[in-house]
Amino acid sequence: MASWPLLSFTTFLPLAGVALILLFCRGNTPDVVRNVRYVALWTTVITFVLSLFIWFNFDPRNPGYQLVEKADWIPEFGISYHMGVDGISMLFVILSTFLMPLCILSSWEAVQNRVKEYMIAFLVLETLMVGMFCALDFVLFYMFFEGVLIPMFLIIGVWGGARRVYAAFKFFLYTLLGSVLMLLAILAMYFAAGTTDIPTITATHFPRNMQLWLWLAFFASFAVKVPMWPVHTWLPDAHVEAPTAGSVILAGVLLKMGGYGFLRFNIPMLPEATEYFAPLVYTLSIVAVIYTSLVALAQEDMKKLIAYSSVAHMGFVTIGMFALNQQGIEGSIFTMLSHGIVSGALFLCVGVVYDRLHTREIARYGGLVKNMPKYAVVFLFMTMASVGLPGTSGFVGEFLVLLGAFRDNTWVAFLAATGMVLGAAYALWLFRRVVYGKLVKPDVRAMFDLNTREVAIFLPLIAVVLWMGVYPNSFLNVTSASVGQLIQTYQTKLAAAQGGAGDVSVAAR
Amino acid sequence: MEVLVVFLPLLAFLVAGSIALFGGPKAEPAHAGGHGHHDHHGHDHGHDAHAHDAHAHDEHDDGHDDHHAVAGPPTAGDRAAQFVTAGAVLISAVLSWVLFFDVAVGGHPRTIELMSWIRSGGLDVSWALRVDQLTAVMLVVVNTVSAMVHVYSIGYMAEDPQKPRFMGYLSLFTFAMLMLVTADNLVQLFFGWEGVGLASYLLINFWYEKPSANNAAIKAFLVNRVGDFGFALGIFAIFVLTGSVQFDAIFAKAPELVGQKLHFLSWNIDALTITCLLLFMGAMGKSAQLGLHTWLPDAMEGPTPVSALIHAATMVTAGVFMVCRLSPVFEYAPTALEIVAVVGALTAFVAATIGFTQFDIKRVIAYSTMSQLGYMFFAAGVSAYGAAMFHLFTHAFFKALLFLGAGSVIHALHHEQDMRNMGGVWKKIPFTYAVMWIGNLALAGLPFFAGYYSKDMILEAAFASASPVGKFAFALGIAAALLTAFYSWRLLFMTFHGKPRMEKSVFDHAHESPVVMLIPLAVLALGALFAGFGFHELFIGHSMEHFWGKTILVLADHNSIEAAHHHTPGWVKLAPLVVGLIGIALAYIMYMAIPGLPAKVAATFRGVHQFLYNKWYFDELYDFLFVRSAKYLGYGLWKSGDGAVIDGVGPDGIAAATRDVAARASRLQSGYVYHYAFAMVIGVVLLVAWLSVFG
Repeated sequence: MASWPLLSFTTFLPLAGVALILLFCRGNTPDVVRNVRYVALWTTVITFVLSLFIWFNFDPRNPGYQLVEKADWIPEFGISYHMGVDGISMLFVILSTFLMPLCILSSWEAVQNRVKEYMIAFLVLETLMVGMFCALDFVLFYMFFEGVLIPMFLIIGVWGGARRVYAAFKFFLYTLLGSVLMLLAILAMYFAAGTTDIPTITATHFPRNMQLWLWLAFFASFAVKVPMWPVHTWLPDAHVEAPTAGSVILAGVLLKMGGYGFLRFNIPMLPEATEYFAPLVYTLSIVAVIYTSLVALAQEDMKKLIAYSSVAHMGFVTIGMFALNQQGIEGSIFTMLSHGIVSGALFLCVGVVYDRLHTREIARYGGLVKNMPKYAVVFLFMTMASVGLPGTSGFVGEFLVLLGAFRDNTWVAFLAATGMVLGAAYALWLFRRVVYGKLVKPDVRAMFDLNTREVAIFLPLIAVVLWMGVYPNSFLNVTSASVGQLIQTYQTKLAAAQGGAGDVSVAAR
Repeated sequence: MEVLVVFLPLLAFLVAGSIALFGGPKAEPAHAGGHGHHDHHGHDHGHDAHAHDAHAHDEHDDGHDDHHAVAGPPTAGDRAAQFVTAGAVLISAVLSWVLFFDVAVGGHPRTIELMSWIRSGGLDVSWALRVDQLTAVMLVVVNTVSAMVHVYSIGYMAEDPQKPRFMGYLSLFTFAMLMLVTADNLVQLFFGWEGVGLASYLLINFWYEKPSANNAAIKAFLVNRVGDFGFALGIFAIFVLTGSVQFDAIFAKAPELVGQKLHFLSWNIDALTITCLLLFMGAMGKSAQLGLHTWLPDAMEGPTPVSALIHAATMVTAGVFMVCRLSPVFEYAPTALEIVAVVGALTAFVAATIGFTQFDIKRVIAYSTMSQLGYMFFAAGVSAYGAAMFHLFTHAFFKALLFLGAGSVIHALHHEQDMRNMGGVWKKIPFTYAVMWIGNLALAGLPFFAGYYSKDMILEAAFASASPVGKFAFALGIAAALLTAFYSWRLLFMTFHGKPRMEKSVFDHAHESPVVMLIPLAVLALGALFAGFGFHELFIGHSMEHFWGKTILVLADHNSIEAAHHHTPGWVKLAPLVVGLIGIALAYIMYMAIPGLPAKVAATFRGVHQFLYNKWYFDELYDFLFVRSAKYLGYGLWKSGDGAVIDGVGPDGIAAATRDVAARASRLQSGYVYHYAFAMVIGVVLLVAWLSVFG
């Protein structure tokens, strides 16, 4: 199996689907449109199955990069085609390929115009996302990282809601701004290290002053992606205007690119700067948790509310990461995975009722449990997972993050833990207004319960959330060795930089 | 066997839940339409009828425990759900008694490892069933009351169209509660803790069309979350201090931690004290102790069997269980124990003062529950854990009995809950009347009834204890005992005696409940009669150390129960009985002999009465402090923070600015991004500068 370029196959398989659609699906007759949908669905399903082989072939005890593929690309500049996964990135690949068929299914009836282009955009998006998590060369990484913007920009801008153009531009500009700075940082690193190979650069030591600037440049890019307060305002707009499947991918995978970036670049490559700026990240994250939870409480639009809740949850993610201990980082990766599933499912829940009533305004609903009991159960389950009820995936991540934070700084854990209360407040308040109460509005009363297709979308999501909640070790086993090595790298480099005096403070962590 | 005891209710929940969701066996297609999505016509029709019905109800009895829709005879699905859930929990109950005699009486504690749960670095959490003496007591309490409530609900909910859902929730609750009491580590305890919270939320909200029920459910969940916030921090502190969350490992380390400091927030505090207080915060939320108690009275919005099971006998006692379970840690934190005792004593007193001014029969009993929980906590606070657990045990029987009895009254009077509209019905419902007497006699602690043994021991232990707050707790406990007797007999007299104050038609139709409701009442009445007499030797007698084994640790100089056995003056033993009789006499004078007196007293002490009647204004205070301010803040941050400042200065502002520039220079593209990037960098730099100077 090792000789088989599994990662490249998984990455580029969706493009084969694109080729199929372009070659064989011409015209706009209903038959053709149906074929397009099926091609997209089967492509994503096969990609998902293929990606499972990555997991099977993955050795969780090996902390390094696995399934590595390396070929010269532009040798005179030290640029190569270098792919590989470790415990930090592998599960994100699975997350991306897992969500994709569900997105295609959820768009089955909701998207009726330009279906072919829509499916192509999603398939291209999949290639770019998977490629980004596998890339081990800066140039390759940057191409995938930036490339993701284009299909997402189109998905929001073409198939979005009323203010889609404003939202699409806001999204594009915010993220592009960060990217420009990251490009500068990558160039600087290239000139210092003479290569764009990520493992090689990770082993390189940069002078402290340079680290600070490089760190800020990367930070600008990833903080926008995460998004961290105060550069989060693009997210509610993008979510509100994006079609349901777009929101799922946006919340499910795109936000994780920021967190992944911190783990891959900021922490191991720039440890001194990381230590210097950790209080800044803590501060912004805590503000995010409290501030956006409060703002979520005031929302009148379902999608906006969930979008703000995403910002709050990502606040937990960044807190855990910069606690820089095993529980904190593992918890933060776990929270990202869990949030990918749960917030994706919540956006799908919104999509279900949006498809029926064509409004996201909370006040238009009420009493849905009466005529949509199955929907109410699914929605409640996902709400509870988002709140972090033990037994669901949300709890494990949140618990580990807070535990990690508590070990590092009790103030941070204390303030972040208020998110437990606030998170429950906005989530239950939303659920109550939509699902409980009297069913009086005639148009709401006419809504019907989940159909088979929708049940088929939600069942795997529920199964995974339970699995992650009851036996999270399947996932923690994957991440633990690589996270351990990451912390090791960070501490060794830091200790080396600070000399003997640094040992004490490092050991205290 | 242990596995069966815990997981049978889960299985029952899954079965009942599926029936509720998918409309029961196919043999009854006509009823499947009530939920299923196949049958649109029958579906809509049902809703019209339903909406009409609910509306009609609202007009005349708003805010009562009303069943808002009347269903036909039970379907096969309903029957199946009732049979499966009640059957499963009954089996669990029988097995729990077997376990009780084997584990607790026979002294064979054991732990069954199920599987690993969370492993990350040094953290290693398992799913396990720990069945030791403490757990065995809880198993008996939980499963016995739960089985009785399941059976009772078959009769009580007979008119409700959603029986499978109700039965399923009850079983879900039972499962979560069993996971809580069998936990072998703090994280599984937390799992059960939140699980019962979820079940409680769902059951309070069972009649989801009532806004009052919606509000009460959210309030219960959120107030509990405030407690859990402390609980979670407590777990983290335990892990940081001991490197484990498993009970035996924690208990082994606890003695070494005496005198150690923990840097918490900005202060260095005694490690065990702060840890115990954080954990106790969780207990305060779950067990409705003063400050975090406001959810409990509102939780009475749920159907009455729910109040009996969750909000009287089991879930609310989880906090007491937790403190007793952690006695090997709390014992080394005397300051924390004193605070536990003070909070418990204050709760016992304050709740009793509110209880005797209320008119809603369920709320009176709810405040009584809160007050009794206060007793349990101050018992734990003076290291009389055995007495706390014993009171938990007896209280479960007689309080569940009182709630179910009240349910029987409510059932007889067509969902009337206001005691001002009751009276004179004792001849109509003699069985209910009799068991209510038994329940109240046990609650007031009259000799030989269950409460007599447990409550008197708590008071004596408080008096005899070496704790500096023991006498204080004793005084408040005696005062609360007086009030308890008073409001108990006030309840009896107002409900069953005097002239009927309800409409004549209601009175004429008043009827005794069906047998399926009376049997559970009888069983619980037996508990209220004999649980004290039969078990006091085991729980708090001279052989108690043998009975509890290693589960409860009491340091030699803290042993207040031992002290109570030997050094209690005679008047202390007599005092609870005397004040109880005085309370009963007062109630007799005010509500039987001179019926006009209560109104006059209330008018004379108008200020005090209003203060008590409005529950010391806790709700108003919290609403102003937290609810309103959070909403106001949220809206303000959204509109001015995100809207005006971030977007205004950020994207929108820059877009506007660049449009001006563009108009002049027509170099839109590069100017746009450049400006934007520049602003961002400046922002970050300023922020960092500010943080490094002031942060």
